[in-house]
Amino acid sequence: MESLSFDLANTTVRALNAELHDPSVKSYEVLHPDGAHAVAAGIDSGIAVEVRGHVGYYCAGMNDGGTVTVHGNAGTGLAENMMSGTVRIAGDASQSAGATAHGGLLVIEGSASMRCGISMKGVDIVVGGSVGPMSAFMAQAGRMVVCGDAGDGLGDSIYEARLYVRGRVGELGADCVEKELRDEHRAELAELLAAAGLDHDVADFRRYGSARQLYHFQPGQGRY
Amino acid sequence: MCGIVGLHLRDPGLHPQLGRLLESMLCGVVERGPDSAGVAVYGDRRRVPAGHAAVSVLLPPGADTSALDAHVSTAGDTAIVAAPVSPEDLVARVKALFPTARVVGSGHDLTVYKGVGHPRDLATTYGLADAVGWQGLAHTRMATESAVTPEGCHPFSVGPDQCLVHNGSFSNHASIRRELVRQGVVFDSENDSEVGARFVASRLAQGEDLEKALLALRETFDGFYTLLVTSADGFAVVRDPIACKPAVIAETDAWVAMASEFRALAPLPGIEHARLYEPEPGRVYAWSR
Repeated sequence: MESLSFDLANTTVRALNAELHDPSVKSYEVLHPDGAHAVAAGIDSGIAVEVRGHVGYYCAGMNDGGTVTVHGNAGTGLAENMMSGTVRIAGDASQSAGATAHGGLLVIEGSASMRCGISMKGVDIVVGGSVGPMSAFMAQAGRMVVCGDAGDGLGDSIYEARLYVRGRVGELGADCVEKELRDEHRAELAELLAAAGLDHDVADFRRYGSARQLYHFQPGQGRY
Repeated sequence: MCGIVGLHLRDPGLHPQLGRLLESMLCGVVERGPDSAGVAVYGDRRRVPAGHAAVSVLLPPGADTSALDAHVSTAGDTAIVAAPVSPEDLVARVKALFPTARVVGSGHDLTVYKGVGHPRDLATTYGLADAVGWQGLAHTRMATESAVTPEGCHPFSVGPDQCLVHNGSFSNHASIRRELVRQGVVFDSENDSEVGARFVASRLAQGEDLEKALLALRETFDGFYTLLVTSADGFAVVRDPIACKPAVIAETDAWVAMASEFRALAPLPGIEHARLYEPEPGRVYAWSR
């Protein structure tokens, strides 16, 4: 398959993204991102992008169908508002990875910082390492798998997302509780781990979700 | 939004390159604060000869410095005054001659530059690329709480060879200011970050080290902050307990660097092998010479 290479040492992110929004080939390589913002944001077709180096804010934001792989770390807002497709980070991700994402698969092979999956709306997030405090805050739908530890405030004000954590969990967020890991959960967890290329034993994970006790779950208790 | 960069060199072989490296880091945070920029350099013997004290000062327009009886070099709005006396005596000499001047730094090792304009242009004005030394930091400002003036630039340097740069805003600074004033501390401005710097200076003056002083700051201050604080021998980073403002640390055997974003670290030599991490919320990270 024909592939195009963009070297951000001598090309602008704007030129790169313009090509990715109206692609002439199926496969791209990006060199020397050096922390640039919005690398490969706004892809809306099934192209593949390999980024070699660390990226800055909003990498692969709004991705809809693309496969973006970063061989490095990612800054704040990785794959925010992703609709579909796959984003994979070989290193660590900063805050708010997968924020508000509606769909697709986000794999972070290293660890993610605070607020991973904040307000997630259907995305699947698999983190090989740990996630920071306040992860899955206000999570509305989708699944999050954490193979390491989760910081304090996990799942605060969560709605319907399902969270699986293999390691230690700090203090749980408001209205987030541990729940039974039933067969259907083991099955979806195994699928998610396989999709991420990880082979942990599903029996090592615990499931967390909403206790549905906050006021918005109580008919007539709304205050706004 | 503001941009912070700092570089603490472990390898003396890099000392001649400090200014050039700091300039390239500064250029990586221009977009975070394009209205003004301040820089601090430790150990720049071009401007602070050995055995001299240095005072960095914003002088009134047209000031005649010949009566200072000191070596004076200017860089835009900032003048660096150096003489073989104690920093306290030199500050007193500058203030006696120029009562309206703003002293923005003093010590045996420290030079501070402040100015308004595009950070890239200011780096040229300051002659930053030619600066030498063992430690430095810079701040690009997008002002939210007070006017865009040279005085409003970070770093805030209010104790000997001390600097503080701040990204964020303190919410309880007025009450902490009142307490410090009650203790006899004198302020130069209404700036919230100056309260942080005065607080740290008062703790260091009581004999605490940077780490202890910043732990006390964390317990006392409310608000959003990523702080980089430096002293005559130290370099420390702390973020507020919910980590509202960004920070990345990189370490190699040759240096420790901190920046708001990775792109400011990307030009450093050996960055591809550095240990890269984000400082955890509320934790103090400190290094010393």
